[in-house]
Amino acid sequence: MSEVGNREMTIKQPSMKISVASVPYFWSKEAYFKFYQHIAKSPVDIVYLGETVCSKRRTMTFQDWLEIAKQLTDAGKQVVLSTLTLLEAESELSYLSKIASQKDYLIEANDMAAIEVASQQNNAFVAGCAINIYNNQSLQRLKKLGMTRWQVPVELGKDDLASMADYAKSHDIEVEYQIFGRMPLAYSARCFTARHHRLAKDNCQFKCLDDEQGILIKTQEGESFAQINGVQTQSAKVSHLIDHCQSLANSGVDVVRVVPVSAADTLEVIRQLSTILNQTEPAKFDPERLNNQYEFCNGYWLQIEGMKYVS
Amino acid sequence: MELVCPAGNYQSLVKAVDNGADAVYIGLKNETNARHFAGLNFSEKQISKAIDYAHQQNCKVYCAINTYPRQKQWSRWTDSVDQAMGLGIDTLIVADIGVMDYIRSRSSEFPIHLSVQASATNLQSLNFYHRNFGIRRAVLPRVLSLKQVAKLAKTAPVEIEVFGFGSLCIMAEGRCYLSSYMTGESPNTKGVCSPAAFVDWQDKGEILESRLNGLLIDRFAQNEHAGYPTLCKGRFDVDGKIEHALEEPTSLNTMDILPDLYQAGVAAIKIEGRQRSPAYVAKVANAWRKAIDKAITTGVPATKSEIAELACLAEGKQTTIGAYERSWQ
Repeated sequence: MSEVGNREMTIKQPSMKISVASVPYFWSKEAYFKFYQHIAKSPVDIVYLGETVCSKRRTMTFQDWLEIAKQLTDAGKQVVLSTLTLLEAESELSYLSKIASQKDYLIEANDMAAIEVASQQNNAFVAGCAINIYNNQSLQRLKKLGMTRWQVPVELGKDDLASMADYAKSHDIEVEYQIFGRMPLAYSARCFTARHHRLAKDNCQFKCLDDEQGILIKTQEGESFAQINGVQTQSAKVSHLIDHCQSLANSGVDVVRVVPVSAADTLEVIRQLSTILNQTEPAKFDPERLNNQYEFCNGYWLQIEGMKYVS
Repeated sequence: MELVCPAGNYQSLVKAVDNGADAVYIGLKNETNARHFAGLNFSEKQISKAIDYAHQQNCKVYCAINTYPRQKQWSRWTDSVDQAMGLGIDTLIVADIGVMDYIRSRSSEFPIHLSVQASATNLQSLNFYHRNFGIRRAVLPRVLSLKQVAKLAKTAPVEIEVFGFGSLCIMAEGRCYLSSYMTGESPNTKGVCSPAAFVDWQDKGEILESRLNGLLIDRFAQNEHAGYPTLCKGRFDVDGKIEHALEEPTSLNTMDILPDLYQAGVAAIKIEGRQRSPAYVAKVANAWRKAIDKAITTGVPATKSEIAELACLAEGKQTTIGAYERSWQ
């Protein structure tokens, strides 16, 4: 459907909320605190907080996260505490239990382990995009266990949503879809950042701290392929659906999710996104106002290869 | 300890059974299983024949319905479940909680094995599937160390099955979308990774190039073994260095640590490779039958030469014990 067709069809203004995902990269404590001070003043509605990729990243203690959570709550944001995606060690499970058992904040479950702990404590949870929910039977099952919001898996698009959004609505499940940022595409036992630096994972020297937004992998011909971020592999290209807000809203998306890139660019994206969502005339996103150059993609939303971009 | 062998067709199933498999796993001819390749898998008639043959020799038949149904195609998965259960399959191997929920709506007891595609890597996750769906066994993703596997085998409320031999998936299975990022088709949705329809080989004289949906995965000189362009096993440019950024084209072989896995209480060893030939299945099943019997009776692993012999059958001709060994990670 063309953008023009979209505009003609719809009269209502999108009333979607903006969320900012947990920072997928490893930053210093100062960098996190500074970033969230700006987020507190930004037009974001929902903030996911915590480490989702690697348990060795410990610039922030649980108390540090709670301190930021408090500041953000005071600023009127809904805070959701995120959890690790790939859990192996017992120490990781005990940290997870601490988050998923607390009663002050909503929980983002990124592994069934988090859903197990949260549901046993009668805690509500958001099912993160790494929880594979591809059909209504799965939605229904997790709703029974306490799911209040569903982050659509990255590889599902608007046609998939068309057959699920109504079901989610009628069961009071909010639908969240990534609108900007690199997409989480894989998790491994292996740390690719350490491997790139010829280091063992157990002696990684916290090399992730050196790269604010991961390391680009290109083909031998120079085309972008993936972004390595510790044990996580992301899309090299940045998903960008800001010019498709109307289509997202029409498809039943309640929350649009910004996955942080660099701190400064993330804040700029949020500013522009909010302006676009709140104005009466259609406006376009201006990537020239970002500090870094990004290659964009939107294929998953359009039900084709994720790496493709159709303008 | 059970030996679970792959069969992509009836001939392979016969070879697996004849060479000592305790169970054989198969799939239907559609995208409900994670080896949805052309010419592979079983029709209804073939399944009946396969079950008859296997059961006569006391071998079980498992059916993998382990991809994630999109809502629009939901009925294809439930039809497949109905079909497999109706034909007398011993166990269903499942990843999607919707499909598990459907199976439980039909039977509270039908055996479910949690597929590796469900990405269950820890005790609480196994508790979740056990408590909600009464799973009997879980196949662990190839991301855990031997120590972690041993611990889980002791504490988990379900039996533990691990991969012993075959292609090495280096990502947590069920959580890798790299294939659909590049081709639109993934293990989760279509039962394929780096699908053959998107592969292109280009002979540039001195150099052979492999591409996936147009993207260059690797370049091979004439003296190099040119492996299938599985996207995570190509050579890429990272900060100007050309390297196997994610993994070398290597396969998994855990024969060396088999006695440890047995001691740890691992219930079953899974052999990957429903896409491989009947002759391959025969050789691998035979070697693993001997290795398992030896590990159980003597506690000694297979000899170096036995292990090396298997490596010749492996994709890329080189093998690793993968994440079981911490240094690989």
